[in-house]
Amino acid sequence: MAAAEIDVKYVAHLARVALTPDEEKKLAAQLAGILGYIEKLRELDVTNVEPTAHAVPLVNVTRADELRPSLPYEEALRNAPRQANGLFIVPKIVE
Amino acid sequence: MLNQLTISELAGKLLKREVSAREITQSCLDQIARVDGKIHAFLSHDAGDALAQAEAADKEISGGVKKPLLGIPIAVKDVLAVKNQPLNCGSKILGQFISPYDATAVEKLKAAGAIVFGRLNMDEFAMGSSTENSAFGTTKNPWDTARIPGGSSGGSAAAVAADECIASLGSDTGGSIRQPAALCGCVGLKPTYGRISRYGLVAFASSLDQIGPFTKDVRDAATLLSVLSGADPRDATSVPVPVPDYAAALDGNIKGLKLGLPREYMIGGLDPEVKAAVDAAVKQYEKLGAEVVEISLPHTDYAVATYYIIATAEASANLARFDGIRYGARIDGSDPIELYAKTRGAGFGPEVKRRIILGTYVLSSGYYDAYYLRAQKVRTLIRNDFLKAFETVDAIVTPTTPTAAFKIGEKSDDPLQMYLSDIFTISCNLAGICGVSVPCGFTRSPKLPIGLQLLGPPFGEARLLKLAQAYEQATGWHREKPPLTAGA
Repeated sequence: MAAAEIDVKYVAHLARVALTPDEEKKLAAQLAGILGYIEKLRELDVTNVEPTAHAVPLVNVTRADELRPSLPYEEALRNAPRQANGLFIVPKIVE
Repeated sequence: MLNQLTISELAGKLLKREVSAREITQSCLDQIARVDGKIHAFLSHDAGDALAQAEAADKEISGGVKKPLLGIPIAVKDVLAVKNQPLNCGSKILGQFISPYDATAVEKLKAAGAIVFGRLNMDEFAMGSSTENSAFGTTKNPWDTARIPGGSSGGSAAAVAADECIASLGSDTGGSIRQPAALCGCVGLKPTYGRISRYGLVAFASSLDQIGPFTKDVRDAATLLSVLSGADPRDATSVPVPVPDYAAALDGNIKGLKLGLPREYMIGGLDPEVKAAVDAAVKQYEKLGAEVVEISLPHTDYAVATYYIIATAEASANLARFDGIRYGARIDGSDPIELYAKTRGAGFGPEVKRRIILGTYVLSSGYYDAYYLRAQKVRTLIRNDFLKAFETVDAIVTPTTPTAAFKIGEKSDDPLQMYLSDIFTISCNLAGICGVSVPCGFTRSPKLPIGLQLLGPPFGEARLLKLAQAYEQATGWHREKPPLTAGA
């Protein structure tokens, strides 16, 4: 059911990925096939099964809250597509 | 010829001063010059830097310094940060990115004396099973250049199989180390989730990703695992379990160990030659004194579907950082949202877009419970299958892949068929256990490598590698070289 209904244009907007109309069409067909396959998980009864987020037996890993050296800002800016005055340059967000 | 040797063989020669690190490194560089035009395992390599590291290693050796990897050239997948070297993840979106720091795994290799060099090709952001999704062209299988080397760490496997380096690093999210190792005929180890720090590994699916080595024999994989393992304050998922000397545990004595053969893995799509090779390996294990019993992993059939929900959901979140603001390529827009969408639309390839959109969908309002939460619950069932099996067996033995290497282009238009080629490797990541692929024979015509997969319980690498090595030493499949590279 959901498989046939996927609105690729809307989901691509949520994901912030611009698609060409051709890409949208191709993806809609491919995703319908993949989602159709994924439907098989509905065969299983998962009542009272706890979800697994990851397989590591660790909880609440913390470190001491103390000052430590970090990446120098010149290094952090080294790969920026646009920068000036030690800052990332971005398009205007508010008028 | 030096480039064909293993870490342990070279370490012995270096110790006796029979060879220099410079000679070893040069032999790898010569091999790259000779064969990489045919297989395209490397995206780039800095020969000058590699030789400079080799000379520094030779100085240390002559000064009597002893380190486990001193003077050994090791190449890395293009998904691990190496300070002052390019990092692209097989993608256009990172542009001219240069890593400002070393990944912990790379730092550990360097501290152990390795010569870390080269960027190895991969499927874009480790998404794929063939390297056909690399933005920089497909890597070819050294055994047959019309075929894929596997993926996503196809470059890492092909480079080791073609003797362009002594060992390499890759990453494995659903089989990306074991599958290409099987298809190229080398050893590929995916350690337990949490065994090796992932600091500096570009994240694909954070609950599944793990770094691991590609090597020419099991002993080298054990040596590398001891170097790479351990808790790291920079990766909160690295687990503080003691790191043994894995190579020292390889005593070949597997008498009385119990192997499980899951009946669910004998599927219809399993190639008869692959099945015959695995059957022969099982007989070999019995000859070596291991006991083989049939076991059941009842939720096997749900692993691929579970994986493609969890992995894509996590990828859609992890890859949000590639937005054209802080690094990489940027395509301007009239507002930030347009900038993000245009940059990502142009920067990501088709498979990455497909997975980001699938992942966004399964996490979106109204679908989260039906897909993502349900998949996490099925993941519990899959993990429990394995934990239950390991109550009665020491390791599980399976084929690594259902078929040998397929042809370039054969599955690239059918993403679901491509996903199903990972059917035997995916469960290991969902369960968070360890797994290794070792060569176990060849198809007849064309001659292509077949891989045997051994799966072990969490942090059970010592026994897993001991089992793998006993088989390897009894058979010698790992010594066969592809015609392309033999006799170099």
